[in-house]
Amino acid sequence: MFRNPRRTFQAFLLHLLMVGVSALTLMPFLWMLSASLMPAGGASTFPPRFFPADITLEQYRLLFARLNLGRFFLNSLILALSVTAVSLLVNSMAGFAFAKYHFRAKRHLFAILILTMIIPGQVTMLPVFLLLKKMGLLNTYFGIILPGMTSIFGIFLISQYMKSIPDSLIEAARMDGASDFRIYWSIVLPLSSPVLVTLALFTFMGTWNDFLWPLIVMTKQDMYTLPVALANLMGEHAQDPELMMAGSVITILPVLVVFLALQKFYIRGILLGGLKE
Amino acid sequence: MIRTKNSVICFFLAPSLGALLIFFFLPIFASFLMSFTDFDIYSLANLQRARFIFLQNYIMLLQDPLFWKALINTLYFVFVAGPLSILVSLLAALALHSKLLKMKSLFRLALFMPVVTTLVAVAVVWRYLYHPRFGPINYLLSFLGIQPIDWLGNPSWAMPAIILMAVWKNFGYNMMIFLAGLQAIPDYLYEAARLDGANWFQQQRHITLPQLWPTMFFVIIITVIGYFQLFAEPYVMTQGGPLHATLSIVLYLYQQGFRWWRMGYAASIAFVFFFILFVFVMLQMAVQRKQDRVPG
Repeated sequence: MFRNPRRTFQAFLLHLLMVGVSALTLMPFLWMLSASLMPAGGASTFPPRFFPADITLEQYRLLFARLNLGRFFLNSLILALSVTAVSLLVNSMAGFAFAKYHFRAKRHLFAILILTMIIPGQVTMLPVFLLLKKMGLLNTYFGIILPGMTSIFGIFLISQYMKSIPDSLIEAARMDGASDFRIYWSIVLPLSSPVLVTLALFTFMGTWNDFLWPLIVMTKQDMYTLPVALANLMGEHAQDPELMMAGSVITILPVLVVFLALQKFYIRGILLGGLKE
Repeated sequence: MIRTKNSVICFFLAPSLGALLIFFFLPIFASFLMSFTDFDIYSLANLQRARFIFLQNYIMLLQDPLFWKALINTLYFVFVAGPLSILVSLLAALALHSKLLKMKSLFRLALFMPVVTTLVAVAVVWRYLYHPRFGPINYLLSFLGIQPIDWLGNPSWAMPAIILMAVWKNFGYNMMIFLAGLQAIPDYLYEAARLDGANWFQQQRHITLPQLWPTMFFVIIITVIGYFQLFAEPYVMTQGGPLHATLSIVLYLYQQGFRWWRMGYAASIAFVFFFILFVFVMLQMAVQRKQDRVPG
């Protein structure tokens, strides 16, 4: 360690810097958690406290007992899970066809899909809203599941992965008399599980965190998702930081837990999206 | 490549292409048509009431001071928060990549955490962090001798406050992409440079940056596209205020379309928004192509 004192000193400085930056980055989470455990009024003090003087679950109790948070949590969970399941099935089917089958319009179709990826969702919001209204699907889970059931990015990601599965495997299964669906379901899907987990994770977290679309489609209080409920609560309870922080903890916690459990797959997803250049 | 019956291919493609057609491709055209109508709250009850008014929405838009305000605010956000968050991402990635650093995965996790959390929830949290009297941010700044700032209540501070929060929330994402890019740069380039007597800054300037350029190009595109869509932060933290200082294009589109139900007008905002985004991405691609042609 003492061979090169200059390097040792640089290493020390770097660690000091990184500890400082990490602490600053995590500070909002620490403050959120601590304020959520305080009694009403506890977070409105000077100087601000980063640890509660005495811990109470009062805010959480209030949220679930009086402010219907359990229902919003359930809405968010049902939506995130069902959008994930449906979109995984639909995207993997299309990804399989693009990766493995030969058909005439394929290259053009794929090129069109990739090109349209740049069109932002805000362009289609108004007509899709009117369509769902006409179909009577506003304030229903379908209002979010149907528009979310497929994504061009998902199809692209899965198809890129499935291309690496050897054709010989599929041909061998065919010789044994397996149907096309059987080949997709029992051979190609299991072999694609890494990319499926990655996409599932992205879809789940994306749906859970989404705000603009649920805000538009879910106008009845019973159908709010957590982010919509939280934004709404802000209107009436802006003066109750402790309560709002408890709501934020409940909203953030599930995605954080899922992310921590499946970190590796999430980071792989960023790199698949990020390095496809 | 496997050959099969067309019906089989249709079976696999129909669900996704069908959904894309109904919920994406047709709505693009419908939205375009809508932008030439006076579709409003009365048309919502009875579609027949919408009339074609040709370019009137677009003409109105160009004369709408709030739209210009929203456009300028959005550009302000994109061109300040964008470069700033890319710079922070790059510095963080360089630090995490350093051979001197121990416990890398722990630091990486800490810096990445804001990315995966719910935007609305952290916007709520930051609204209190910015509290002029009780907020931790003014408290921390007081140690540097800085007087309390009314972050979200002062029209000139509100946008910087949102930018600061956005940088904090997003830099971890690009940091991961840069980190992967850095790991792909071969070590011998740096060794050769050191033998030639290049210092740390020269190494970054002449090896890291050029080697990282393809990654940088991708990062700039996704960051700009993402930042143009600014919505939840001002919706939750400032409602576009004070004095419209944080009104963004998407927030204005939402207000016109879904609060005042002026959907024809909102559709024209959506298309102008798309056009600006499109022009920007094309410009960026042209720059990239030019860079590729320059040797070395």
